[in-house]
Amino acid sequence: MLKTKTFVKKTRSGGVMKIVREHYLRDDIWCGSEFCVECKQDSPVLQKEACIESNLCPFTHYLIPDTNVVLHQIDILEDPLIKNVIILQTVLQEVRHRSGPIYKRIKDIIHDAEKHFYTFTNEHHSETFIERLQAESANDRNDRAIRVAAKWYGEHLKNAPAAEELKIVLLTNDRGNKEKAEETGLIAHKCDEYVKSLIANPELVDRLALTSDDSNEITSSKLLFPEHLPLSKIQTGIKNNTFLQGTFRASRDNYLEATVFVHGEGEDSKEVLIQGLQNLNRAVHQDVVAVELLPRDQWVAPSSVVLQDEGPKDEDEADETETMLKSEASEAMLKPTGKVVGIIKRNWRPFCGMLSKSQIKEATRHLFTPADRRIPRIRVETRQAIALEGQRIMVAIDGWPKHSRYPNGHFVRNLGSAGDKETETEVLLLEHDVPHQAFSQAVLSFLPKMPWGITEEDMKKRLDLRQLCVCSVDPPGCTDIDDALHCRDLENGNLEVGVHIADVSHFIRPGNALDQEAASRGTTVYLCDKRIDMVPELLSSNLCSLRSNVDRFAFSCIWEVNHEAEILSTRFTKSVINSKASLTYAEAQMRIDDAHMNDDITRSLRGLNKLAKILKRKRIEKGALTLSSPEVRFHIDSETHDPIDLQTKELKETNSMVEEFMLLANISVAQKIYDEFSECALLRKHPAPPPSNYDILIKAAKSKNLEIHTDSAKALADSLDEAKLDGFSYLNTLLRILATRCMMQAVYFCSGMDSDFHHYGLASAIYTHFTSPIRRYADIIVHRLLAVAIGADCTYPDLMDKHKQSALCNNLNYRHKMSQYAQRASVAFHTQLFFKSRGNLNEDGFILFVRKNAIIILIPKFGLEGTVFFEHKDQKHSPSLTFNEEGPTLTVEKHTFSMFDKVKVTISLDASNIQHQKIRMALIEPVIPGVSVAAPVDGPVVKRPKLDR
Amino acid sequence: MAGLELLSDQGYRLDGRKPSELRKVQARMGVFAQADGSAYIEQGNTKALAVVYGPHEVRGSRSKTLHDRAVINCQYSMATFSTAERKRRPHGDRKSSEMSLHLKQTFEAAVLTQLYPRSQIDIYVKILQSDGGNYSACVNAATLAVIDAGIPMRDYVCACSAGFVEDTPLADLCHAEESGGGTSLALALLPRSGQIALLQMDARLHQDHLDTLIEAAMTACKGLSDVLDSVVRQHLQEVSVLTRD
Repeated sequence: MLKTKTFVKKTRSGGVMKIVREHYLRDDIWCGSEFCVECKQDSPVLQKEACIESNLCPFTHYLIPDTNVVLHQIDILEDPLIKNVIILQTVLQEVRHRSGPIYKRIKDIIHDAEKHFYTFTNEHHSETFIERLQAESANDRNDRAIRVAAKWYGEHLKNAPAAEELKIVLLTNDRGNKEKAEETGLIAHKCDEYVKSLIANPELVDRLALTSDDSNEITSSKLLFPEHLPLSKIQTGIKNNTFLQGTFRASRDNYLEATVFVHGEGEDSKEVLIQGLQNLNRAVHQDVVAVELLPRDQWVAPSSVVLQDEGPKDEDEADETETMLKSEASEAMLKPTGKVVGIIKRNWRPFCGMLSKSQIKEATRHLFTPADRRIPRIRVETRQAIALEGQRIMVAIDGWPKHSRYPNGHFVRNLGSAGDKETETEVLLLEHDVPHQAFSQAVLSFLPKMPWGITEEDMKKRLDLRQLCVCSVDPPGCTDIDDALHCRDLENGNLEVGVHIADVSHFIRPGNALDQEAASRGTTVYLCDKRIDMVPELLSSNLCSLRSNVDRFAFSCIWEVNHEAEILSTRFTKSVINSKASLTYAEAQMRIDDAHMNDDITRSLRGLNKLAKILKRKRIEKGALTLSSPEVRFHIDSETHDPIDLQTKELKETNSMVEEFMLLANISVAQKIYDEFSECALLRKHPAPPPSNYDILIKAAKSKNLEIHTDSAKALADSLDEAKLDGFSYLNTLLRILATRCMMQAVYFCSGMDSDFHHYGLASAIYTHFTSPIRRYADIIVHRLLAVAIGADCTYPDLMDKHKQSALCNNLNYRHKMSQYAQRASVAFHTQLFFKSRGNLNEDGFILFVRKNAIIILIPKFGLEGTVFFEHKDQKHSPSLTFNEEGPTLTVEKHTFSMFDKVKVTISLDASNIQHQKIRMALIEPVIPGVSVAAPVDGPVVKRPKLDR
Repeated sequence: MAGLELLSDQGYRLDGRKPSELRKVQARMGVFAQADGSAYIEQGNTKALAVVYGPHEVRGSRSKTLHDRAVINCQYSMATFSTAERKRRPHGDRKSSEMSLHLKQTFEAAVLTQLYPRSQIDIYVKILQSDGGNYSACVNAATLAVIDAGIPMRDYVCACSAGFVEDTPLADLCHAEESGGGTSLALALLPRSGQIALLQMDARLHQDHLDTLIEAAMTACKGLSDVLDSVVRQHLQEVSVLTRD
């Protein structure tokens, strides 16, 4: 089968090396067409009816795009209309080299059987391989290779019967390439010409990315931005330390300001401030950029001004009203300041937002305002502006020429009308990168067949615990019950306590589509009115869920403890249980408190409760922190799904009872899997925060003459307990809320890749997540590890590979963080809906932070946080403000605000900006003339914005 | 983009081979007249030269002598010009002495040493150009050289490397595949009996995969043995033509 071999010589820079590689050419690479009779292929990909109706090409044709078409017009290729495309290996390799995300997307398309995309390995085909000529650049060679392959296809298929009509169409945007292709008798079209000629597509044209060729037309002679340096210069610059490499983070509040976070080893990480349009130089949030530091005399301090890009009146005219943000800053405030000299890696994704229609009626160019304030506005070209008005849409950036004030982009898809609950939820999920599409058929195919029952086989491998009096305690309305408990007296006077966790890993086998999907989702996301499941509903709410009075598989952790809650022995086993009751926290509490009830369940609960209290006391003695964050619950109208009431979550004794045993199970399991697999146990750690994080807390406490010690978790916990003030019971909660903000994020990690395992918040030497496998993927991995450790299951390669494990941890941490953000955003959106229906409300609140020109207020009743500004852009005379950093206090006119002061505010919804509706708070008490407002009459002054239907 | 794509979705490797395909093998026997046996082999871009002296009486210290069989003495070395960077390679560094030891073990299993008690067989192997699979090229070259020397063996010893990428075993790795991460395994086989003379792997591999990997390496070894066999037959024909009358 090996026909010939030739040598390809490659040199690499950095000490020139001659690398010799073999390159085998084959004659058994098939063309993949249904027409062909010569090729001995099994299942041809390219169809006979390859007809995309087009004015330019009214015949059957296969498309061959060149590299740049794939790179820039991937949105077009993804459209279901485009079928029967030949992707050459040359193209695929170049794409892989140039852009990871697009490579991933093109591969997804190729794998989609519906799309009929065929990869032709032309580089190894004996008739289409070409060698690079002398003085021919690599790009030119690749272009030639593409032409040769296209030519070969044309001639090869000419011989096939019934293929007279068939033509090969080369898509290229390169003029030179097109001319050369036409010289050799190929049909070549520019991508945009071809797409415009398609008959059955009104909106596909909008998805065409603007290529640099097009933008030449709108070139204004004025250059707005300095040129980006080429990559080679950037690399030398970084090597000799004239440039720094970092991640660009645009400021949320000020479009002319950004910071570049320069990664360093350990303590070396630092931030460089970038100010002004010229210095920002077309970098977009999250890009990896190279920055050059400015000389020290040009350093500035970060401005605390809020500045939003309102956009110039005439969109094509660049606005030059760049007010430099001069603030008289003291020497100490100056930060290293720099300018962006080049982009190392763009990190563009499709952005959600809204179209700001051009004033000119017939214009096709419009500005798009992303929902994320850190992203600049994007110029898009569309003919359906009128239809898109008031809609949430998705737009991708194509490029940012140096003479354009805004980046160019193209429309990707319409999400629905703004303000709609579904649309807003969709936006929220997209912006937080939460995978939320329905489970694919491939995933569902791995679900157990219904009706499902426990077989003899299953029973043999499991411990039968059905006779035990197990019950579950969860929040009301919970359908994915992943834990259940029991407690009983043993004959020797000790107690037996069992925690039974849903055995999800029994249903989700490693490596299949269901497992991969769950791993990529990482966690179930709970929004206010919706749950985005990690595993399909059949599992999450039925087969895995430990509902009452049905037999369910469980993974049980059973301890023998004495009455002082000392653990005498621990046992893990796979089991079958039959829960006797699914209780809510309130129901469980009632049973414990009701002296008349004396059934098995109640006695079991009482035993658990008693032990939990001891466990909690012990844990707190060891220095575990009890922190607090305001959490709210919405009462949702069952029909309209609008929130009708807001309430902070209440914690009962039973909450802490369940929590205590979950902690105990997690710690026991963590120890067990670490003992068994020291290299690849998946654990969770919570690093101690750096001491400087506590500054704000210490200062705040001092203002109330309290002292907080932060030397250790234990000291912090103790001093928080003692921090009480007579007549101000909420102070302690406020301090705990502040302390929570000082903490670091807890993260998953692989034990072989790290040495610090400590969980600061729980004061535990080792910790993991075991108890919620239905909603967290980490728990599934831990279940698998534990199952291997007790000999109930066998390992599989990825489980034992610490690098893969560690990559998985990174994904889980990312998904976890994003899901928290999404949850917060969902709460914020529902809070807005709530206040929209309520009109203005007057509430008491406490000052949580004091800022230079504002105070941040927490309303305990709603767990809501808001900012009261003392400066307004449109206000002629600002009140006199004096900020004292030591306090910190802020003196407005004559009144001094310090932290934790009680104030009264009126809350309303500010709907002036449809995209960023927000809760506005205004001060009522204390009364400061010119600042506070008169208390509006309480009552439902319903002012519904237009968009609400 | 980090790393190379060792196996494309279409099932082709970097150099255009399918996972189970070997590189092109070319070999010659009897390349030197002075030695008792010699052979030269090319497996793709890996080129090795093997020379055999003996059996002869034990040289050097007499204490090495074995009373019931012959001593096999192997020496492995690499030419300074064998890799992309020119590098002096002194004898007796860790890598080459390990390789020598492996060769020795392999041939002690294959050569009928009991036929030559109190004697010694020397096998010297040199890598002229290295492109992955050095061990297997050495074993294959040495087999031919031993046959050329007329020393009886149980069977050909054929060696081949195999790697594991994306759940697919790859046979006969080239340098880029060997260094591209992932596991690689070297296996020396006595093909007719299916006995394994040497199996060596340093990387981590899940035990579920081990069988498929060994299976792939064994198939590759059997393929190689066919090639070596035809080389030997060809050589014999040439030699017998020359020595007729």
